[in-house]
Amino acid sequence: MNNYDAIVIGAGHNGLTNAAFLAKAGLRVLVVERNAYIGGATVSRELHEGWQYSSCSYVCSLFRPEIYNALDLGRHGLKIIPLVSSMTFKQDGDYFGSYSQPNIRRRELMRHSLRDADAVVRFDADVLRWCKLIRGFLLRTPPDPGSFRPRDLFEFAYLLKKYYELSESQLYEFIRFFTMSIAEYLENYFENDTVLAHYSGGSIIGTGLGVYSPGTAYVLLHHAMGDVDGNIGSWGFARGGMGAVADALASSFQAHGGEIRTDADVRRIMVAGNKATGVELASGEIITAKTVVSNLDAKRTFLQIMDEADLPPQLVHRAKHFKIRGSSGKLNIALDGMPEFPALPHGSPLTLGHMHFTDTLHRLEKAYDDWKDDRWSADPYCDALVPSQYDPSLAPPGKHMMSVFVQYCPVNPEGGWTDAKREQFGQTVIDQIADYSPNFKDLLLHVEVRTPREIEEETGLTEGNIFQGELTFDQLLFNRPFPGYAQYRGPVKGMYMCGSSTHPGGGVMGAPGANAAREILRDLRRPDTTPQEFSDD
Amino acid sequence: MSIPNDHFRQAIQHTPFHARLAALTQTEEWTVWNGCMAPRVLDKLSTEYFAVRSSCSVMDMSPMEKYRITGADAYRFLDRLLTRDLSALRPGRVTYVVWCNDEGKLIDDGTLFQFGDGDYRLCSQHHQFDWLMTSAMGFDVNIEVETHDVAALAVQGPTSYSVLTEAGIAGLEDLRPFGIANLSCQDFPVVVSRTGYTGDLGYEVWVSPENALPLWDAIFSVKSRYDVHAIGLSTLEMVRIEAGFIMPGFDFNTAESTVRANFDRSPYEVGLGWVVNLDKGQFTGRKALVAESKRPAKRRLTKITIEGNKPVGEAFIYNKKGGKLVGEIKCAVWSPILKANIALADIEYIGGALPKKLWARLDYQRELKWMSAWAECRPTNKPFYSPDHRSATPPSRL
Ligand SMILES: Cc1cc2nc3c(=O)[nH]c(=O)nc-3n(C[C@H](O)[C@H](O)[C@H](O)COP(=O)(O)OP(=O)(O)OC[C@H]3O[C@@H](n4cnc5c(N)ncnc54)[C@H](O)[C@@H]3O)c2cc1C
Repeated sequence: MNNYDAIVIGAGHNGLTNAAFLAKAGLRVLVVERNAYIGGATVSRELHEGWQYSSCSYVCSLFRPEIYNALDLGRHGLKIIPLVSSMTFKQDGDYFGSYSQPNIRRRELMRHSLRDADAVVRFDADVLRWCKLIRGFLLRTPPDPGSFRPRDLFEFAYLLKKYYELSESQLYEFIRFFTMSIAEYLENYFENDTVLAHYSGGSIIGTGLGVYSPGTAYVLLHHAMGDVDGNIGSWGFARGGMGAVADALASSFQAHGGEIRTDADVRRIMVAGNKATGVELASGEIITAKTVVSNLDAKRTFLQIMDEADLPPQLVHRAKHFKIRGSSGKLNIALDGMPEFPALPHGSPLTLGHMHFTDTLHRLEKAYDDWKDDRWSADPYCDALVPSQYDPSLAPPGKHMMSVFVQYCPVNPEGGWTDAKREQFGQTVIDQIADYSPNFKDLLLHVEVRTPREIEEETGLTEGNIFQGELTFDQLLFNRPFPGYAQYRGPVKGMYMCGSSTHPGGGVMGAPGANAAREILRDLRRPDTTPQEFSDD
Repeated sequence: MSIPNDHFRQAIQHTPFHARLAALTQTEEWTVWNGCMAPRVLDKLSTEYFAVRSSCSVMDMSPMEKYRITGADAYRFLDRLLTRDLSALRPGRVTYVVWCNDEGKLIDDGTLFQFGDGDYRLCSQHHQFDWLMTSAMGFDVNIEVETHDVAALAVQGPTSYSVLTEAGIAGLEDLRPFGIANLSCQDFPVVVSRTGYTGDLGYEVWVSPENALPLWDAIFSVKSRYDVHAIGLSTLEMVRIEAGFIMPGFDFNTAESTVRANFDRSPYEVGLGWVVNLDKGQFTGRKALVAESKRPAKRRLTKITIEGNKPVGEAFIYNKKGGKLVGEIKCAVWSPILKANIALADIEYIGGALPKKLWARLDYQRELKWMSAWAECRPTNKPFYSPDHRSATPPSRL
């Protein structure tokens, strides 16, 4: 029988991060992964010959540089190249571009609205302020406000101090920001329809919310609080595809003596005497360890691989009602060449970045309305990128790979998903892009379409929810995943959570995995191998 | 202004004077000012500096933000926006102004030109259109961005009056400091204001962009008799410190762009209490400024002279050698005319007063080796340099 100090269930990027810090502390660690490959939602695979598809996540910004540094991921092959732009095509044949060169960025805003070109200064400063605030919490275990153990008090004081560094009006603004819709928040700054639509897109990605739903303003931070080398809010491509993040983590983990077993589906976390004792695989094999960490989302962890009888009933209740609705789809496309976009002047750099096709808040809200009625959006919000323009390893010479993230796509369309419906959904997206690119359809060599059904099947993300649970305030900080369980410890001794269902939430960030490792090492009285946060000041 | 959809091809714009600047530059030391290419130095910094202080300098100031504010409520609007009492401002006059947000923190500074009844131009350092439009709610005013519709040259120095007169601009003899005159240069109209950022005798000449090069050529046509010298922003930085003028966004962080709490500044804190009139009636930020005026001063941007001749860059200031940290230098220059290091420093007050002693810790290099020295700093209230010929009317003919 195999025995380890710790078993991490799931080789998602958080499971790998967690495992690497445990191994770095000298523990004998095993990662067990259900799939034949690692990465979970941070994966790249050759699904069409010659093309590397990043089936789920496709751009990187949130991944904490502290973790990158502490696990030496640069030497393990990870390179993140900053993206230079994003843009929105307009229905009238024009476009709006958000460039990283500041003079061009300003003139483009001026081209659409003189006021908005000025207002962006205020917008940038305000968003940066909230980002700074929230970034201070990313690599910290959230406080437990119900408890008065000194450590929590300290953490809570830290939280309050952060609060009080704000002026009074900024404090009110912050609370407004946490509770507002993205549309209304942006309307405090901008007047131009396209500018409003462009900047609000990031706030609905992955959520079961619309641009006018309260709480979406905060989601903006999940797209703005990351950075590529200190440029807060900028996104980058991982060279080789997002799977490179998981590969570098795995390589670092293995360099610290860790073991990974793929094709190892965990059926059950074994518990005896209110203590975790190990895992049982679908094959019936039993592996023991005193520490068992789940990278799975909170619903799956507690309702599928734990015996409800081992759990407090309230926790089971909370898990059943955890908000984790799927709302996203994804297309990965092999292209015979680079699509043309006649709206863009020849030589425009904007095809190098994010491309969007929804130019009004109204259209964004309509897209959400469809989803509420269990239909995929007839006019969806798409985030399209062609990373093969930067990275020749993704497609054969002269060919290209396009990644299209699609919001919204229902979990359960009327009558359930069928392959035919999936293709119709894909066609809706292709038609939208083709409206702006006349040669697009002629270039299609292979299209992989993923609805929440495929995402869930492949990654185990419940309902295909990309964040392992909705990012609303009732499920954030000390409420994530549930009040009383925000410090990565499960209800039985030796059992922990390290996935995106825990603070600070979803996205390829690594922070949940690192934070969980810190708590585990504390309980085991081992030296803390997890990094201190880099300060913004 | 219409911007083409392929403007991305040229990240940095050219001003209407660019052709002349590009022909003159020997250093190719350019920087970007409000999206436009602007020279730092064209040939030699010391030559350019002495053009301002002993003959005549010419600087392209076209990138300066300019807003035309007109309409029945223009005065009421500006009175509400700006901290200063405007009741003495008359058509044909200019005044220095600042404006704040509701918290009484500085958004920007600038100069306000009154051309006629209900007809003003506001020049500012930073982009203000959105703030002006927001502030204009409820007022019958029209605000237009004229930044790129008006070209301008700052012609500054003891011989600037003679140079402009020789260049064909007649009628400057009666123009007093802060006055505006509608004149002509050869056959095209120019607006001349006796204003500037150098602390010397000087004028700003405003012209429509198509007359920019003729204006330049007219001014430089007298070069054989007068030492007319084009200058860049590096010289401006030297002379504006000598004159004691502050630069929003450099000497302090402007409110709109401030992320961290208390990193913005009020007019009092940067030594501009003299442009705040709490008795004039309501204006934006008044409530906060009234409250601040009743509290002991927390900090002031202070003019200091630093003993010795060591190069002064960024430096911390202490209340004694090795003492308590009380401030930092925001801008500093070796003044060739004063033979002294002068600076503006943000200094924290102790018990509502300037610390009695100020010492700067200077780090500097000699042949690539870092050295460190203590230098005592003496505060002053007056501009470091303000020659009498600056305000004489008519100016002396040199
Ligand atoms: C379509 C899509 C696009 C996205 N785009 C981006 C993006 O561009 N940028 C970004 O930052 N984020 C993006 N995200 C979000 C991000 O990918 C996820 O939040 C993050 O990868 C989740 O990581 P994790 O380690 O917490 O969990 P997961 O990646 O979900 O890892 C869980 C792992 O557990 C394994 N597992 C499940 N059940 C078992 C079992 N019983 N036994 C053993 N193993 C099991 C799974 O196979 C998986 O490997 C996207 C997500 C999706 C779905």
